[in-house]
Amino acid sequence: MSAANSVALTTAATIAVGPGTVVVLGVTSAIARALAGEFARRGHDLIVCARDSEETNAIACDLELRHGVRVVAKTFDAEAFETHAAFVDECVRDGNSSLEGVVLGFGFMEEQPVMQKDFAIARRTIDVNVNATISLCELFAAHLEPMRRGFIAGISSVAGDRGRQSNYIYGASKAAMTTYLQGLRNRLHPHGVHVITLKPGFVDTKMTWGLPLPGPLVASPERAARDMHDAIMRGKNVAYIPWFWRYIMLIIRAIPEWQFKKMKM
Amino acid sequence: MKCAVFRPEKRRGIAEILEHGEQPTYIARGLGRSYGDVAVNPGGGVITTTRLNRMLTFDEMAGVLECEAGVSLAEILEVFVPRGWFLPVTPGTKFVTIGGAIAHDVHGKNHHVDGSFGQHVDQFTLLTPTGSVLVCSPSENAHVFWATIGGAGLTGFILTARIRLLRISSAYIRVDYRQCPNFDAVLSSIRETDNRYKYSVAWVDCIAKGKSLGRSVLMSGDHVDAESLPASHGDALSVPSRLQPGVPFDFPGFALNPLSIGLFNKLFYARHRTREGQIIDYNTYFYPLDAIHHWNRIYGKKGFTQYQATFPLSGVEGMRALLEKVSASGRASFLAVLKRMGPSSPGMLSHPIDGWTLTLDIPISRDLEPFLNDCDEIVVRHGGRLYMAKDAFTRAEVFAAMYPRLKEFQAVKQQLDPNQKLSSRLARRCGIVDGAIEP
Repeated sequence: MSAANSVALTTAATIAVGPGTVVVLGVTSAIARALAGEFARRGHDLIVCARDSEETNAIACDLELRHGVRVVAKTFDAEAFETHAAFVDECVRDGNSSLEGVVLGFGFMEEQPVMQKDFAIARRTIDVNVNATISLCELFAAHLEPMRRGFIAGISSVAGDRGRQSNYIYGASKAAMTTYLQGLRNRLHPHGVHVITLKPGFVDTKMTWGLPLPGPLVASPERAARDMHDAIMRGKNVAYIPWFWRYIMLIIRAIPEWQFKKMKM
Repeated sequence: MKCAVFRPEKRRGIAEILEHGEQPTYIARGLGRSYGDVAVNPGGGVITTTRLNRMLTFDEMAGVLECEAGVSLAEILEVFVPRGWFLPVTPGTKFVTIGGAIAHDVHGKNHHVDGSFGQHVDQFTLLTPTGSVLVCSPSENAHVFWATIGGAGLTGFILTARIRLLRISSAYIRVDYRQCPNFDAVLSSIRETDNRYKYSVAWVDCIAKGKSLGRSVLMSGDHVDAESLPASHGDALSVPSRLQPGVPFDFPGFALNPLSIGLFNKLFYARHRTREGQIIDYNTYFYPLDAIHHWNRIYGKKGFTQYQATFPLSGVEGMRALLEKVSASGRASFLAVLKRMGPSSPGMLSHPIDGWTLTLDIPISRDLEPFLNDCDEIVVRHGGRLYMAKDAFTRAEVFAAMYPRLKEFQAVKQQLDPNQKLSSRLARRCGIVDGAIEP
């Protein structure tokens, strides 16, 4: 977004000083936008990406103005798999050899009854949450692995911890994402690249707007982002956001299946 | 009756909601700090703009910030005070949005010098109820501009706005305090000293009666230059971060009574002896109540209303009559706020007029409405008017008497919104828009 950007591209040989560039995918989601802000506040330059270019540009301007860092806006479509390789190459090039990490903040959710009736919507959930994650992570991993540093932060969900009648297609996609990230972490660990699985509970976003949820359990996107940033910096492997969801999910996972199947959740 | 509440996260979202047209009417809502029903719409839709809060451009030379309507004054202060810029006008809370500040043409302690918020807006873009986007400024679509400034959200949705910020070299204010033993003393003190200060406001003890009626502390201030700031303050543009205490629950109804409030007011008066040159940070000067989260809970479950009446210069006696009435009624209120206002705003429904404004906090009680109707009568008789951001009880005929440019506003609204898609409970109650008033 800034004029300084073109200057930076021509000096790719210089060694990055200070915090590196972070790529935030799906930045139009409230959580991803707030998480981008956490990095920008600490002086990281950003590459922010989403499908809607008008909104992505507005968010890039905002981050740049508030935090005085360089923010590049890019349009990307999680479902356009064939474009991913060129897109990731571009991100790496713009990251100017100082690429520090990637946040997977994109996602798709529709109401469960809709997905039950319309397979196209169910498939889209899997395409965005699982297939795009695999496609993009493998491409970024291939760049980060030889650099022997950096992180990949995937925003999964507590919904992936147990299948429930009210949300099991989305839940299944997040379970797949969680398992995928687990394997990727195992693979990249010896190469110095850290993979973190972030599992938010209820966050006050458009996904939860209007749902009759217990207020104290619903975190603001800013609170969720602070906790996520903190978990990434501490090098956690799996982080529940906020922390208390670890215990809520511990209890929910502990319920025996013969009992669980009779419950309305 | 309920409102359907929407919270779009994309700028296009508002137009999409209007197009979808699932509700008969809509009204915009920011951070919900208005005291009455101006941003509620029972039986219709409410569109909350808090997620449309992107800052877009900043012209460092001119000090002009372009941002979306959902950006709050608190966010602007957080970003721009460290860079040497301040709000041109600020109300007594920073938890309001730019959209709300324009829709109410808010004023602050510098009204006598700088006018109201709308006079510092270069331009805004307005999404009209019929779906077009108008660029409005004092020179372009000027009638829409001045209908929207102070127009309570009834002309359209402000998408983005350009605001002229104020250059500062420190985040501190030098304040002079003057104790004034009664109403006449505070009026003459304001008259004598206001022209020497950018900021001025008096806190009035409205429990005091008789000879002490109108006993006040006048607080006049100016921005401090960085050079004249004592070195002990460190960085001139950063302010101490404060602990944010909160009020965890509603106080019981009996906690506020004439005795406890009288005691509080006496202490307040005694604490603020006449003294000059106190240096305090901008948060302490402008936003004393923002420091206590949920301070409104002190008023208990029933809550309270604010009654802000603004009188022309010739209406001083009306203001005295109003203060006497509230003081005599024992409708315990904390401190009231008194301020000399500068020239009227060009906004058609803007409330500031050249004169005096008096603001009273009044706890809600069953017999409050007839009492306030009597107060309205005093206000109208003396050529005064109430402020829509505070009002909850005024009736249509009284409102029309207070706002002589109402018809002119309605003509602009008719052009922009022929199907009366934008409405609120206040708009119907005050007769700005037709429609039944819900309980």
